[in-house]
Amino acid sequence: MIRIEPWKRWLIWLTVAIGVVLALPNVFYGRVEQANDARLLMEREGVATPALEGDAALWPDFLPSGLVNLGLDLRGGAHLLAEVRLEDVYETRLDGLWPELRDLLREARAEVGPIRRIDEGGDALRIRIAEEAGMARAVAIARSLARPVASLTGGAARDIEVTGAGDVLTITLSEAERQAVDEQTMRQTVEIIRRRVDEVGTREPTIQRQGERRVLIQVPGLGSAEELRQLIGTTAQLTFHPVLRRTTDTDVRPGPRELFLPSADPRQEGFFYLLEATPVVTGEQLTNAQPAFDQNGEPAVSFQFNPAGARIFGDYTLENIGQLFAIVLDEEVVSAPEIISHIPGGSGIITGRFTVEETTNLAVLLRAGALPAELDFVEERTVGPELGQDSIDAGRIATVVAFAFVLVFMALAYGLFGLFANVALILNIALLFGLLSLVGATLTLPGIAGIVLTVGMAVDANVLVFERIREELKTAKGPARAIELGYEKALSAIVDANVTTFITAVILFAMGSGPVRGFAITLGFGIVTSVFTAIYVTRLLIVTWFERRRPRTIEV
Amino acid sequence: MRLRLVPESTSFDFFSRWKLWLGIGAFLIVLAFGSFLVQGLNYGIDFQGGTTIRTESPRAVDVAEYRAALEPLGLGDVSISEVFDPAFGEERNVAMIRVQVQEGDEAISGATVAAMQDALREVRPDITFGAVESVGPKVSGELVQTAALAVVLAIGAVLVYIWLRFEWQFAVGAVIALVHDVILTIGIFSELQIRFDLAIIAALLTIVGYSLNDTVVVFDRVRENLIKYKKMPLKDVLNLSINETLSRTFMTSATTLLALISLLVLGGDVIRGFVFAMTWGVIVGTYSSIFVASAALLWLGVKRDWDTPADGPAAGTQFGADA
Repeated sequence: MIRIEPWKRWLIWLTVAIGVVLALPNVFYGRVEQANDARLLMEREGVATPALEGDAALWPDFLPSGLVNLGLDLRGGAHLLAEVRLEDVYETRLDGLWPELRDLLREARAEVGPIRRIDEGGDALRIRIAEEAGMARAVAIARSLARPVASLTGGAARDIEVTGAGDVLTITLSEAERQAVDEQTMRQTVEIIRRRVDEVGTREPTIQRQGERRVLIQVPGLGSAEELRQLIGTTAQLTFHPVLRRTTDTDVRPGPRELFLPSADPRQEGFFYLLEATPVVTGEQLTNAQPAFDQNGEPAVSFQFNPAGARIFGDYTLENIGQLFAIVLDEEVVSAPEIISHIPGGSGIITGRFTVEETTNLAVLLRAGALPAELDFVEERTVGPELGQDSIDAGRIATVVAFAFVLVFMALAYGLFGLFANVALILNIALLFGLLSLVGATLTLPGIAGIVLTVGMAVDANVLVFERIREELKTAKGPARAIELGYEKALSAIVDANVTTFITAVILFAMGSGPVRGFAITLGFGIVTSVFTAIYVTRLLIVTWFERRRPRTIEV
Repeated sequence: MRLRLVPESTSFDFFSRWKLWLGIGAFLIVLAFGSFLVQGLNYGIDFQGGTTIRTESPRAVDVAEYRAALEPLGLGDVSISEVFDPAFGEERNVAMIRVQVQEGDEAISGATVAAMQDALREVRPDITFGAVESVGPKVSGELVQTAALAVVLAIGAVLVYIWLRFEWQFAVGAVIALVHDVILTIGIFSELQIRFDLAIIAALLTIVGYSLNDTVVVFDRVRENLIKYKKMPLKDVLNLSINETLSRTFMTSATTLLALISLLVLGGDVIRGFVFAMTWGVIVGTYSSIFVASAALLWLGVKRDWDTPADGPAAGTQFGADA
């Protein structure tokens, strides 16, 4: 006799009930979203206005409020994949060693003779020493600057590698240091992009590191990827350099450790500046930046240094009164004012023919901090919200129609048993949405296709069982035995068939990205829920019906 | 009165001409592969890099006008195609414009896209841009590799699973059918020059999953019948098993196709290619589990020295690896 223990029945119904309750918020998508947004805002800002409370009350807080996220292809928005130029940072890192090394080598002048830096940036620091005999000493001095690297693999790795060949001393970053630098650069980049995107205040942006050197940025609801790209693609490296010369001559060949940059100020068009390459202070030492106006009422950005930056800035201005001081933003001289007096407080103003919009943006960028390295954009996608809505509508209609077809078809083919399967199919979709909401999965357009496919395939397990019951009925063992055997014998086919499909879903998830991954999720979860509903829910329905009616014969 | 797609019990002889079926399968594979070699696939930007812009306008699309507007930009090969969908009506005229990666560009230049949009607005002030997508050459190269790897991995994983659950002949038979399905799908895409992008790879993997699902159900019954009828020739066992599962095969294919065709007609143009691939795959996959997978199994033969079955006839149990 077919039996299902009471505790199992309760467990099955409980699982179904939980799934349905979890799926419920998706039925009232707009309402729940509004309530969730309001709650989040109140929590973050700590202020509760009547309007916000009204919004929050749209959805009672004792009910689950998890929603299936809509992917960019459905909601509309911008997607960018940026590649970080990690090599930039190696250069900066090596540059940082130079002043100290120069001083130490000069102290040892007696042995190594006069020195000259001969590299032009790049991934190695090269120094020519006059006395070749002093190379061993020079190498020893350079090695003394090496510091241990804290690496995950442990071991006593040093941050730099020093070699001397002939009269050239070469310093490169060690492999361990490069890895550490990469790691730090990536973390910093992600953090700064996040800060910049947050400043603009769009909802639920995704900012994720991908692989070795890429960052994925997705911002729903943003009109164009171009806008986003301007926001995060600007490096916003702010540096302050001593000016060596101002000129209109474009043919100046900068010496080593010198920069030759154009002026960005339209009032000084055609002017170029020859600067000392090592900055006095940098944007990293800023604590604040705000859009402001200068004494002539022109838009400007005011800034404030941190104590360390303020001290360096103060000292420098005291010692260099009368000199020009260049403010450089991303390789362009924004302005180069003359130092009129000692500036002790560590605050200042950047002017330079900005528009108000530009100063607002620049202030955002300076506050959020500079990117440690430049970004290249390797993938860029924008989907308009209208197209997304169209896709949702089309997907919804197609799903409903597909659903209706399958329900009618099953009822026609299997009668009462078909109706049981239909109930299970409806619960299956509810469970699928419950599961998707629970893990906060993202629904994409291919994901909707995955659901439709699930609707079609979900009945497969039921079909397998029903067909098997039909076969077993032919051998006339009585309906109860036929149902039992039907389930028992169909099980191995159900398991094998679904495990293989599940394997492909897992591979898709692991290898795919974006919409494809969304498809893999719905497909994978759909397999789990359809097997559950087919094996447990339909069976429970059939058994419950059978126990009440006790039919002598059944027709499947 | 029940709806039945196949009579209650059938005894079709599927394998009197099994060599012919395998031959047809091989012929179709060669045909599809030939089409792929001659025509090549119409790769989307996911795989080739470049930019696509989806335009929408209340007035009818004039490909020549669009082309003329973009001509002065010197973007190289520009492809413009109108998109049709029953849901569009008179007021919505959609076109897809595609340009290749601009020479020397490692990354994407926003300027190209902006220039294209400006040029189009010039001739069509009411034009809107539903979607803009750009993929750099570096990423597209990687996407191709990952996609190919995903398909190979999926087939490999499945091969191992079936080998563990059944025997190597079953695994090989199933994989021959899978390769058949995948190549035929690629063939139809190259023959009809439907855009082949990343989503199609997802569809290919789904086809792998579906076709397998079908094959495994048949194989499961073959395994059961091999034990039940120890003396019956393999050919008859296969025939019997396929006839017994025929009703299920048709039912499941029918429900899945019903769902997919709804999506194909009503699901919008954005995923039409994707759904088309799956629909095609379901048809081919159903056919191949009988005429390719099972025929291959017959060709390979199955060793049947199961005189000392340790685990009896219960279905769902695993045979020893050396059975």
